[in-house]
Amino acid sequence: MAKKVALLQGNEACAQGALYAGCNFFGGYPITPSTEVAEVLSVELPKIGGKFIQMEDEIAAMASIIGGALAGSKALTATSGPGMSLKQELLGYACIAEVPCVIINVMRGGPSTGMPTGPGQSDVQQAKWGTHGDHPVIALVPASCQEIFTETVRAFNLAEKYRMPVQVLYDEIIGHMRERIEFPEPGELEIINRTEPSVGPEEYKPFDPSFGDVPPMAAFGSGYRFHVTGLNKAADGFPTTKADLVDNEQRRQLRKISAAQSDIELNEEYMTEDAEVVVFAYGSTSRSARYAVNELRKEGVKAGMFRPITLWPFPEKRIAELGKQAKAIIVAELNLGQMNLEVERCVKGACDVPFIGRVDGEPINPGQIMDKVKEVK
Amino acid sequence: MAFDYDKYLRPGKLPHIWCPGCGHGIAMKGLIRAIDTCGLDKSNTAIVSGIGCASRLPGYVDFNTLHTAHGRAAAFATGVKMAKPEMNVIVVGGDGDGTAIGGNHFIHACRRNIDMTYVIFNNFIYGMTGGQFSPCTPTGHKASTTVYGNPDPVFDISKLAIGAGASFVARTTAFHATQIDKLIAEGIKHKGLSVIEVLDDCPTTYGRRNKFRSVIEMMERLKTMAVPVAAASKMTAEQLEGKVLTGVLHKEEKPEYCEQYAEVIKRAKGA
Ligand SMILES: Cc1ncc(C[n+]2csc(CCOP(=O)(O)OP(=O)(O)O)c2C)c(N)n1
Ligand code: SF4
Ligand SMILES: [Mg+2]
Repeated sequence: MAKKVALLQGNEACAQGALYAGCNFFGGYPITPSTEVAEVLSVELPKIGGKFIQMEDEIAAMASIIGGALAGSKALTATSGPGMSLKQELLGYACIAEVPCVIINVMRGGPSTGMPTGPGQSDVQQAKWGTHGDHPVIALVPASCQEIFTETVRAFNLAEKYRMPVQVLYDEIIGHMRERIEFPEPGELEIINRTEPSVGPEEYKPFDPSFGDVPPMAAFGSGYRFHVTGLNKAADGFPTTKADLVDNEQRRQLRKISAAQSDIELNEEYMTEDAEVVVFAYGSTSRSARYAVNELRKEGVKAGMFRPITLWPFPEKRIAELGKQAKAIIVAELNLGQMNLEVERCVKGACDVPFIGRVDGEPINPGQIMDKVKEVK
Repeated sequence: MAFDYDKYLRPGKLPHIWCPGCGHGIAMKGLIRAIDTCGLDKSNTAIVSGIGCASRLPGYVDFNTLHTAHGRAAAFATGVKMAKPEMNVIVVGGDGDGTAIGGNHFIHACRRNIDMTYVIFNNFIYGMTGGQFSPCTPTGHKASTTVYGNPDPVFDISKLAIGAGASFVARTTAFHATQIDKLIAEGIKHKGLSVIEVLDDCPTTYGRRNKFRSVIEMMERLKTMAVPVAAASKMTAEQLEGKVLTGVLHKEEKPEYCEQYAEVIKRAKGA
């Protein structure tokens, strides 16, 4: 049977991916260039008995999805720049309270109101460091409308599997671009739901480490009565200031991700086997990078592309290896220097890390990348 | 027979953090009695708070409890209620939490008229952080950040709630302990957003700076300040100067948010 296909905008693909993943709760606040995600879900969610609520601001939107997720929903919010800054407070809450939820950030220029209708990739370090305190981070950076669909599904899966918020970041270009999408059949993509407690309410502890680094999660209203707080907590969920308990909990939360790097990490490598110059690019910029690599290969230049699809946790090992293989890893991104810092950190001086940044509202074009590659000696 | 609070308290979680003489404990007991009166199922009830001394309440009581971030309780609670409209959702928190940092969430919860009960403990001060002035600190009074007297005008929480669209609004004080549970119970039974403002005391930060010699004196103030709505109708404006009205201040029937959304679902499904 032929697959269902459609010409969808990135933001529409995101909404469709969310529905495929089983999303049944959306809390949002309108902001360009993310608004279409909310618009589509306001139409589709009630059709399946799901909930859509437009809250009074992005802080409230984030609060509502955490509340919804605690009550058992698979919850989503979508925003951009200024809204993402507002969400930071409760993104941290979702981390410490270990509440699965997905946050879409359709990146525009910044800081502040910046360029509402222009693309940007300048929130990529915010994704890791934006909320205060040490906390685990998963951030995905799809590069096409089809991939926005599949990565939104993966974001829900990772959120549920690791019991934490997952961010999906894509820029305005792919958010608003239309491409052909093939809808996966139901069951074709794996759908993961949170692990529910295997013990009865009397024995249940919401953060019991004896069940591993990701303790099972009960829903409010399911008969398990437990406490949730943003304070440092012990295994029973109640606040504690006991040094060893706080330390254990904090380390467990980071370990959830560090120990699962291979499960979470996802990269695409394009002609990197023999590459002397590697272009590191993600999101819309990787589309220009791929074009540039193709052109350069025609000219006999050994260029390749490394494209992270999971941006955080960062593919440290692989970047270190490529640093030893290549003369240079060129980082191209729509900001004035963010992921190049991470690449530099990982290659530890083994190769040069030239940088191409752009913040004038225009995409990085293949010519810019080709010129930079040719400069490598 | 004495009321059995233990049925609703979490074993091993007391003593609470509240200071001797703090009014929050009186308000908590009132809330527990109200829940008992209404016969709410503990497993089907969520108690949601923000941050502050008042907001520590959920840790002590045996329900689905959610201690959120400063000011955000109403927004979290809205998410819980939307996801599971069959649950009873009760929000508790302080005057600062609910009307300063959380003011926006508070008025919008009122406007939606979502079926939750918001019990706000108004002790006229930011207690937890050591007594800075809140939007409810009386003008001229002292706080750690208004040592020359508070220049700010005051929010009337109940009026704010009525203006914002809450369909049940009541007020009482920690002195009128038996009225607390009656009003909260009425609020819980009411369909829609109900706000119960409980004026209470913070002897540690507000009382001390404003020359109250004892908790009893602070209770005296609450007692003399309160005028039941029925009595107020027979009083002159002059007599009402400096008084606050207590009892049910506002009650109306109007569409409730989750029911409205259930209609949206029906329309979307084409029924
Ligand atoms: C975002 C944020 N800002 C400030 C604080 C500090 N803070 C904690 S409690 C509080 C005031 C609490 O006052 P109120 O809500 O009236 O409760 P009370 O302690 O008087 O019961 C403040 C300012 C915080 N926790 N979070
Ligand atoms: S500081 Fe004030 S509000 Fe806080 S517990 Fe003490 S008396 Fe109560
Ligand atoms: Mg207060």
